Amino acid sequence: MKPQQQIETGATLLNVENVSLRFGGVKAITDVSFDIRKGEVRAIIGPNGAGKTSMLNVINGFYHPQDGRITYRGATRSKMRPHVAASQGIARTFQNVALFKGMTTLDNIMVGRTLKMRKSFFWQLFRHGPAMAEEIEHRKFVEEIIDFLEIEHIRKVPVGKLPYGLQKRVELGRALAMEPELLLLDEPMAGMNLEEKEDMCRFILDTKEQYGTTIALIEHDMGVVMDLSDRVVVLEYGIKIADGTPDEVKANQKVIDAYLGVAH
Amino acid sequence: MDLASLLLAPAFFAFDLLGLLKSIFVTPFADMAAMPDLLVQTIWEGLVSGVLYALIALGFVLIFKASGVFNFAQGIMVVFAALTLVGFHEKGVPAWLAVFLTLGVMLVLAIAVERVVLRPLVNQPDIILFMATFGLTYVLIGLGEFIFGGEPKQMIAEQLYIPRGPIDVAMLGGRVTFQKIDIAAAVIASVMIIALALFFQYTRIGRALRAVADSHKAALSVGISLNQIWVIVWFAAGIVALITGIMWGARSEVSFGLDIIALKALPVLILGGFTSIPGAIVGGLIIGIGEKLAEFYWGPLVGGGIESWIAYVIALGFLMVRPQGLFGDKIIERI
Repeated sequence: MKPQQQIETGATLLNVENVSLRFGGVKAITDVSFDIRKGEVRAIIGPNGAGKTSMLNVINGFYHPQDGRITYRGATRSKMRPHVAASQGIARTFQNVALFKGMTTLDNIMVGRTLKMRKSFFWQLFRHGPAMAEEIEHRKFVEEIIDFLEIEHIRKVPVGKLPYGLQKRVELGRALAMEPELLLLDEPMAGMNLEEKEDMCRFILDTKEQYGTTIALIEHDMGVVMDLSDRVVVLEYGIKIADGTPDEVKANQKVIDAYLGVAH
Repeated sequence: MDLASLLLAPAFFAFDLLGLLKSIFVTPFADMAAMPDLLVQTIWEGLVSGVLYALIALGFVLIFKASGVFNFAQGIMVVFAALTLVGFHEKGVPAWLAVFLTLGVMLVLAIAVERVVLRPLVNQPDIILFMATFGLTYVLIGLGEFIFGGEPKQMIAEQLYIPRGPIDVAMLGGRVTFQKIDIAAAVIASVMIIALALFFQYTRIGRALRAVADSHKAALSVGISLNQIWVIVWFAAGIVALITGIMWGARSEVSFGLDIIALKALPVLILGGFTSIPGAIVGGLIIGIGEKLAEFYWGPLVGGGIESWIAYVIALGFLMVRPQGLFGDKIIERI
């Protein structure tokens, strides 16, 4: 089992306050507040349509909430923007894998370094001088990630050809290439078999240990959630119904009702 | 004798079929072999118009690669850029300054397109973006006619130091004429094509462009700014349009008629693949050379005029064999 002592340690990295998000008349998220602390694995769970993915989209700026505030690294905003979120160290993966299908594994992960590359485009054009040194340096970092995720053998394969499990791994690699401070994982294990799930669990825990990355994840596999996460927030119909350690959440009557249904 | 019995007469068929086969499969090649200098001349002419088709196709490919938008307005952008250049010069601006000012106008156009057309239509289906570029075409035509008037203009070729005049080379027992301006067009096009290819393959922005072409949301999530990328590609397409406009305008004249010729880029793209820069080049050359040869050697068979449609026939043939084009991204689909 994972060490429990980390709970209650670490300063707040991200604080979501009273966020509400509507699409026309549909309330996706209503008045939700929670925080993510440095170095923890924070799970967001809930039945289908509970607003979990919407929440991640709010955090990395894909959606702009109508109400509420988001405080990240001490700066409070009414909404994030994707470009700002990425440059401030928020990386993410997607529920249905969003990769650059025509590009190789290597190129996909290299794209994750885009924001870190600053050398003038003139030098890059001629693969010369400072740009060459920079490219080599970034390439080295990317190779480390490839090693870390054990995907050396598919380095030069266009990712569109890869099986789903490996695609998810490449996507994680691209997010890690951004050297994120906060990593948002949207159902990293959806559609995987047991062995792939175990691998992914290991990668997530190693990421936390090795890179000190804070992780927020959405997952439906309760076993995985309870094993991996330090704290869990539970959403239902866009409303927060519970927040606490896995054990607390597991024992919460509202959560049990939400998942199992309640007799009316 | 009425028509039906004429057509049914076996002698009619036997005679005509043989003659037809001969004039399709034998005579043209015999002509080619008999006068090789004429063949070289024809191929050269085809090569030059091929290079210009390739340039127009390149403008399409740039925008298609980065935004998945088939930019119907590319042809009119060529005309618009050329008109702007000539327009500035008519107002007394020196030629070199006029080029820079025109580049400025193309940049403003790129920013305007991004703000007014692309940004509000993010995540809309491709067909809607395509229709938007249709609209853009007519806006540019109207704007162009309003500012510069509808009558054809002369490209300021001498002022831009574009060489003119023929070079005659004696070869193959005859004489082949190369126009200096055609040579210049070929050289400039080659340089630009190489530069663009390097740019796409090896630079951070190039990689970001390819990323945006593949998936908008994934590109956003790694911090690529879509708006910035779109301005860059539309500006790049604007530069390509200006150069195309100068070269083409110098060979004939600057008028809205160029827009029709720009449609020739369609078969070029089908041939080369919508996402491939080398494809645009090779496709352009095949179409250019193919239609000139067809016009010269097979044209008389049907009374000429082959040049205007043969490109589409070639493209149609390719479409049946390789729908993704010669160099297009292989279509990968998991089922």
